[in-house]
Amino acid sequence: MIPFLHTMGIENDLAAHRPYLLRFARLQLRNDTWAEDAVSETLLAALAKPQSFGNRSQLRTWLVGILKHKVIDLLRQRKREVALETDEGDGGEELDALMFKADGHFQSAPAEWGDPQQELSTRQFFQVLEACTEQLPAAMGRVFLMREWLELSSDEICKELALTPTNLYVQLHRARLRLRECLELNWFGNRPAAK
Amino acid sequence: MTMLRRTCKEATALMVAREDRALPWVERLALRLHLAACQACPRMERQLLTLRKAFANWRHYSDQDSA
Repeated sequence: MIPFLHTMGIENDLAAHRPYLLRFARLQLRNDTWAEDAVSETLLAALAKPQSFGNRSQLRTWLVGILKHKVIDLLRQRKREVALETDEGDGGEELDALMFKADGHFQSAPAEWGDPQQELSTRQFFQVLEACTEQLPAAMGRVFLMREWLELSSDEICKELALTPTNLYVQLHRARLRLRECLELNWFGNRPAAK
Repeated sequence: MTMLRRTCKEATALMVAREDRALPWVERLALRLHLAACQACPRMERQLLTLRKAFANWRHYSDQDSA
């Protein structure tokens, strides 16, 4: 069968976006097989109805929207593995001891980061942000990105993964403090003086 | 007033928690009192606000064609 030219076009376009989609799927799912599945299903869904996006310049936006739905489906199907996997020694106590004295005061006062709007939108910053997120233990990273990338509410995450609110809040709390620490070390505390 | 007294560690925990859930009014009040009296915690509050903006930017970036 000779494919129509416009069909070939979209296949090439989709292939070009695949690595990008895979990067976010991996970051969210922390499992290469699941990530491959989610991205494949996204591309299949896109191929099944290419007419549902009109403007090719917005292809990626459209694909990311589909991917997010596929990823949520997958997390839902795999919730046992996603939720029951407890992170061995996730370092919550160590981080607390690093930040605070026994009496609840800071070990050292938090630094002034300023309000660096410009640099918060640079590719270099996003790379550091993603690297820090990747360093979170898998289960913690998943629930954190369900909040921050999939934009689910805490209630929705508890429901999807059958987690107790307490369990979820502990994970999110640790994730946020770790990310703060990681960005302090690898970006804010370590950059050339702000202009 | 001791029921409203919070350490920096507790105040930080509240500031982190409010990214993901609504705080009860007593905790909101206790946090405001602490922030008004503490030198260090307002900085932590600004850092957490910066983190919030950073993730909003990143989310936007992940959704855009231009990236």
